[in-house]
Amino acid sequence: MFKYIIPLVLFIVLAVFLALGLKLKPNEIPSPLLNKPAPVFSAPKLNDSNVKLSPTDLKGKVWMLNVWASWCVSCREEHPVLNQFAQQKVVTLIGLNYKDDPVAAKNWLSTLGNPYNDSVMDADGRIGIDWGVYGVPETFVIDKQGIVRYKHTGPVTEDDVNTKFLRLIDKLQAES
Amino acid sequence: MFNRLIVFLFFLVSAQVYAVDTHQLPNPEQQKTYESIISELRCLVCQNQTIADSNAELAADLRRQVYDMLMQGKSKDEIHQFMTERYGDFVLYNPPFKAKTGFLWLGPVLFLVIGLIMIIWFIRRKKQATVAVVDKDKQEKVRRLLASDNEDRS
Repeated sequence: MFKYIIPLVLFIVLAVFLALGLKLKPNEIPSPLLNKPAPVFSAPKLNDSNVKLSPTDLKGKVWMLNVWASWCVSCREEHPVLNQFAQQKVVTLIGLNYKDDPVAAKNWLSTLGNPYNDSVMDADGRIGIDWGVYGVPETFVIDKQGIVRYKHTGPVTEDDVNTKFLRLIDKLQAES
Repeated sequence: MFNRLIVFLFFLVSAQVYAVDTHQLPNPEQQKTYESIISELRCLVCQNQTIADSNAELAADLRRQVYDMLMQGKSKDEIHQFMTERYGDFVLYNPPFKAKTGFLWLGPVLFLVIGLIMIIWFIRRKKQATVAVVDKDKQEKVRRLLASDNEDRS
């Protein structure tokens, strides 16, 4: 009797670990930025590189930072979702054009539509490093106090908008 | 045969081509620090490589960041702190001992202890089993048999 229990227990333990392993998403690294002040930058705008935008300009507003690039395939997948989301006008959406060619980026926005209230450029990826960006697209939600409240890695889907973003934004808009 | 040789040579060449370009620091001591830092930081795109090994763009950017910070006179600890503030402990190949990483550090010891306990347990059980079968008379018989066996050989 005892002889059979040991392999059975070992099998169950192994099965449980493997099952948990299937659910892990090693690509999603928890961001240490959560609930911390948004990293500061002063970045040139995409449409006029002489004008700069900084997170401090957005204090008092709930805003989202979407990191994207014209060379990024998943961004293309995400783009229609963002376009639709922007039409609801529930939040200020800032695009961070990451390590991209400004001409290609402008082309992208004029042909696929521009969901962003403003777009800034991070030509050498240094702002990306400050925000802990390791793969585009990435999306951050920042509250009125300038605190990062949520980070989403990978393309935002319609489902994400409905189940995660809209709810969180509603909550944050209600905060002072 | 000739084709195989060509293919083989091809592999030799490709290894050279993909060598990662790193920065050169002004003095050898800084260079050593630089190399030790980049070989302890994880490339977050290709997660099983260090930024010293990886050709990913992010790895190149992080190498540049390490280089810049060393040139500014920042210490190894300051650079580690800079990286963990942005990417979390995951970026370190040598994560600090914390509640969250406790299992990571103690897990192997735990498994070793479990293994030892199991070995001891099995050995004890085996011993008990063998002792139980052999009674006094039989033991004596065995001893005599072995003794006569030894005499035969000598």
